[in-house]
Amino acid sequence: MKRVYVNEKWCLGCHLCEYYCAFTQTDKTDMAYALRGRKIFPMISVEDSGAVHFAVNCRHCAEPLCVKGCITGALSIQDGVVRLDQERCIGCFTCILSCPYGAISPAEDGHAVQKCELCLSTNEGVPQCVKNCPNAAIVFEDRG
Amino acid sequence: MAAFDFYPDYEVVRNLDRCIVCRVCERQCANGVHSCLEEKNVMLADDSQCVDCQRCVLLCPTRALKIVKSDNTYKQNDNWGKKAINELIIQASTGSVLLSSMGNPETYPIYFDKLVINASQVTNPSIDPLREPMETRVYLGAKPAAVERDDRGRIKNNLPPQLKLSMPMMFSAMSYGSISYNAHESLARAAAELGIYYNTGEGGLHEDFYRYGANTIVQVASGRFGVHKDYLNAGSAIEIKMGQGAKPGIGGHLPGRKIVADVSRTRMTPEGADAISPAPHHDIYSIEDLSQLVYSLKEATEYKKPVIVKIAAVHNVAAIASGIARSGADIISIDGFRGGTGAAPTRIRDNVGIPIELALASVDSRLRNEGIRDRVSVVVSGGIRSSADVVKAIALGADCVYLGTAALLALGCHLCRACQAGKCNWGIATQELELVKRLNPDIGYKRLINLMRAWKHEIEEMMGGMGINSIESLKGNRLMLRGVGLNEKELEVLGVKHAGQ
Repeated sequence: MKRVYVNEKWCLGCHLCEYYCAFTQTDKTDMAYALRGRKIFPMISVEDSGAVHFAVNCRHCAEPLCVKGCITGALSIQDGVVRLDQERCIGCFTCILSCPYGAISPAEDGHAVQKCELCLSTNEGVPQCVKNCPNAAIVFEDRG
Repeated sequence: MAAFDFYPDYEVVRNLDRCIVCRVCERQCANGVHSCLEEKNVMLADDSQCVDCQRCVLLCPTRALKIVKSDNTYKQNDNWGKKAINELIIQASTGSVLLSSMGNPETYPIYFDKLVINASQVTNPSIDPLREPMETRVYLGAKPAAVERDDRGRIKNNLPPQLKLSMPMMFSAMSYGSISYNAHESLARAAAELGIYYNTGEGGLHEDFYRYGANTIVQVASGRFGVHKDYLNAGSAIEIKMGQGAKPGIGGHLPGRKIVADVSRTRMTPEGADAISPAPHHDIYSIEDLSQLVYSLKEATEYKKPVIVKIAAVHNVAAIASGIARSGADIISIDGFRGGTGAAPTRIRDNVGIPIELALASVDSRLRNEGIRDRVSVVVSGGIRSSADVVKAIALGADCVYLGTAALLALGCHLCRACQAGKCNWGIATQELELVKRLNPDIGYKRLINLMRAWKHEIEEMMGGMGINSIESLKGNRLMLRGVGLNEKELEVLGVKHAGQ
């Protein structure tokens, strides 16, 4: 299955992926109109420490602890992708506590969680963080 | 004195209706132009630090930024222009020699733009390169003057070593040190895939790149940095650098801060110490001395590799080229005054040397008149901006061109001409690891390949239009060129007729 991977060597720490992720979640066609004056809640986040930068998002684990811990069945595995049904999420945040990568975060309204679903709801065929990474540090590959 | 020396030349214009304060501009500017006033959630800019490299403009996801030339003006004066005044003010303030980078940007005539190319109509057929074979392969090196046979009448192989190129273009000498590891890797990989050559420049060859040796030209310059037996044998040809178009008559100076661990090991110079290339080669004061170095290098490589001698285009370039052709060199490389550099004194870059078009035409004519044109191949550089320039250079008599600035542009350079500062925001002319990583060679080498393939197609189209199906038939074919708006003397030097003749 294709997953999002980050080549740390090429990650510049520009944080553009976060903004494209946040933009994708809106229904707007213009990023300035969509995000100006707003705090963003991206599903990918860039970790920075000195000269080291890398973006982190959901690993779509084969045996995900988040899915095991979900008490309402909001999280499930569909075709290898860890999907979230926000309607069923009650915001207990068990998944946030159990994810070893810190890849799940509270959604903007605070009542449910949000996580990367590989932009499956868009028709691009490739996640927006991958498509818009200026240095090809974020890739969408099948590494087995 | 005043609070500032002068108002900045370029201004950062931010469209606040479009700025989402993502701070990408701030993170990507090595010059510290952008900053965020967090309590107001608004971005600020310090125009005085901006070099107009366009990095922030092109990474801004909402296109909220642009850089404009300041309209702040001194009182109109056609003699004392803004540039002259500002440069003088800098010198009055610092007492220093002015430094610049990349090629001469001044308003000298560009002869390539005053030459037009011929095409076939009615009386001779043009060729469609998509349907018929089109030969762009080039061999560089000395060609034998005559066929020789042994006592049984069989042809003797008396062909000196040659460089074989799939198209008449190579990447010119840019040292590891002046440009980054990733820039070198991009050039090396692209050259290997395209079947052409790149040039190490005078900084030695990084051990990782020995595997691209079949597509490498190794350079020996006056500082002899990184030169040893394995290095000489690693490449397919050796280039002796006598001069550089951007700074004829002077040497080089790579500042110590660019001599980081890897560069120091490759150059065989101490880390952090300035690497200074002397103006002359201290063992070359004549053509005879040059000949000794040519043959020393040939001895060291068992006469298996062609030797190139690179000179800057200067006033008596034709006579110098004639001498070089007689020195035993296989290839002469001539660098015009538009050629780039990682750092040169501004006055030298902008005032010394001659245009490559004129130098090339006079060298080719001189070598032909002396009957020694076959003894050497001629490679030109310094101002080749497009495939049309390549075609014109070949028609003027070049065998091949070197591309430096054009290759860097493909890698992201936007000609901000601040290489000497070592803070290249595009990861090219820098050794700072944070900046070097901005050039991903996986992207860079593909862009170089795209550029070269596009130019090759265009060259084939232009050749086809002329009814020529081989680069060899275009070489020195000055009847394929006409001048527009040139005077008698210029036409005479270029050896072309005026349009309409």
